[in-house]
Amino acid sequence: MIEVKDIKKSFGDQMVLKGISTTLDAGKTNLIIGQSGSGKTVFLKSLLGIHQVDSGTISFDGRIYSDMSDDERRELRTEIGMVFQGSALFDSMTVEENIGFPLKMFTNKTKKEIKERVDFVIDRVHLVNAHTKKPSEISGGMQKRVAIARAIVNNPRYLFCDEPNSGLDPKTAIVIDNLIQEITKEYNITTVINTHDMNSVMEIGDKIVFLKNGLKAWEGDKTQIFKTDNEAVTDFVYSSELFKKVREAVLKEGL
Amino acid sequence: MLIRYTSQIGRYFLMLQEIFKKPTKWSVMRTLIFKEIDDLIIDSLGIVCFISFFVGGVVSIQTALNLTNPLIPKYLIGFATRQSVILEFAPTFISIIMAGKMGSFITSSIGTMRVTEQIDALEVMGVNSLNYLVFPKLVALLLYPFVIGISMFLGILGGWIAAVYGGFASPSEFMTGIQTEFIPFHVTYAFIKTFVFAIILATIPSFHGYYMKGGALEVGKASTVSFVWTSVVIILVNYILTQLLLAK
Ligand SMILES: Nc1ncnc2c1ncn2[C@@H]1O[C@H](COP(=O)(O)OP(=O)(O)O)[C@@H](O)[C@H]1O
Ligand SMILES: [Mg+2]
Repeated sequence: MIEVKDIKKSFGDQMVLKGISTTLDAGKTNLIIGQSGSGKTVFLKSLLGIHQVDSGTISFDGRIYSDMSDDERRELRTEIGMVFQGSALFDSMTVEENIGFPLKMFTNKTKKEIKERVDFVIDRVHLVNAHTKKPSEISGGMQKRVAIARAIVNNPRYLFCDEPNSGLDPKTAIVIDNLIQEITKEYNITTVINTHDMNSVMEIGDKIVFLKNGLKAWEGDKTQIFKTDNEAVTDFVYSSELFKKVREAVLKEGL
Repeated sequence: MLIRYTSQIGRYFLMLQEIFKKPTKWSVMRTLIFKEIDDLIIDSLGIVCFISFFVGGVVSIQTALNLTNPLIPKYLIGFATRQSVILEFAPTFISIIMAGKMGSFITSSIGTMRVTEQIDALEVMGVNSLNYLVFPKLVALLLYPFVIGISMFLGILGGWIAAVYGGFASPSEFMTGIQTEFIPFHVTYAFIKTFVFAIILATIPSFHGYYMKGGALEVGKASTVSFVWTSVVIILVNYILTQLLLAK
């Protein structure tokens, strides 16, 4: 569980996060939604410590980030997996080397043990025929699977995904979403996902935090989001005709 | 503008410190170093040999053509070629070319890792990305003086061949020239310069790649800016070191 209290973050004189508080639960897919530019990536990177927040606290199962020593932070980082928006695979390495990288860097596992674990997660994310390929030689959907595999290879307690299905076709996007949700439940991970995709919201919105102009404008889950009359949310959700119809149906019959 | 430059310079020196903190596991680092030696040193040998040989030849021919007075001895061709190749051509001129070749390679490869969030990925995993990316380049460039040594040798060889086969001097005259008034400290001076240039070549392009912002287009721009700054710093440092080491 990650607790966020009143975090603020500015770049120069632009205030991107204006005081956000929320709780992100273990074993759930916690979605951070909002328009492009609403600060989702900055929020995620602030939780990760890539951006230092100006004020507020972030605690990882009771461990408060700002109170931790450098060593404790390093320890915490080994418990975190991250799937970047563009996958961020290392171009110079093969798929296998990418996935095994965190193990090679931070564990004392032997080559054989690393190979076994890598093969296991490769199977887990249903990657086929990619072991020795370079990231540039596989499709976007496969790159995402590799990124997920790399993020979970060291058994993280926390998994962060920045727009995991951007750039994917709708079908692959849902497959990737479901994969993340399965893994989250299977290993009781605290998963935080940034998205602006309403399909993801309907599919895996265990908990939803809606950001607007650097503030939390709403939170709830996927059934509540279609019932709320919060203007900011309805404005975002019903920018598409399809979801207007979904809302009518949900209000009539439930999700 | 002055403030901006000063803060950039400050950031550069802070970066240099970071490079040595929290070192990467040796088994991983070793592989990285060999890869950089391959990319930076081995891959540059061809162009360095080619340029050195022919420019050495041109220096020799031009010296010969300018010595029109029959009273000036022919061995001066060898002498002048040796001096210009060892003192300036090999260490400085080749380093400027390397600022273009190695420098833009370093800036664009690190810059690409920055814009595709690969550097963030390293940091999230808890890797000191500056140590991981820049340290192996610094170590690989410890071999840079060998490159310059080869350049010196081939430059003089090129001069010798051009002078002899162009009929400007006999082999023995050229040889005498090469050995005339040889001051060993000049070689020391040249290698001190080379060593400092190696550090500049590894770090300034890394700095420009590492701290860049934007996308693919900016990677290209960063490489150009990095080339300009690397050359400017090499030329200035060359001037300062020459003043300190040679002027009495
Ligand atoms: N490193 C940075 N420096 C300055 N401004 C930034 C930086 N990162 C993001 N921003 C600004 O913060 C705002 C939110 O960006 P971001 O979190 O990427 O939005 P989202 O991920 O929701 O699309 C944008 O206006 C962006 O320009
Ligand atoms: Mg984003």
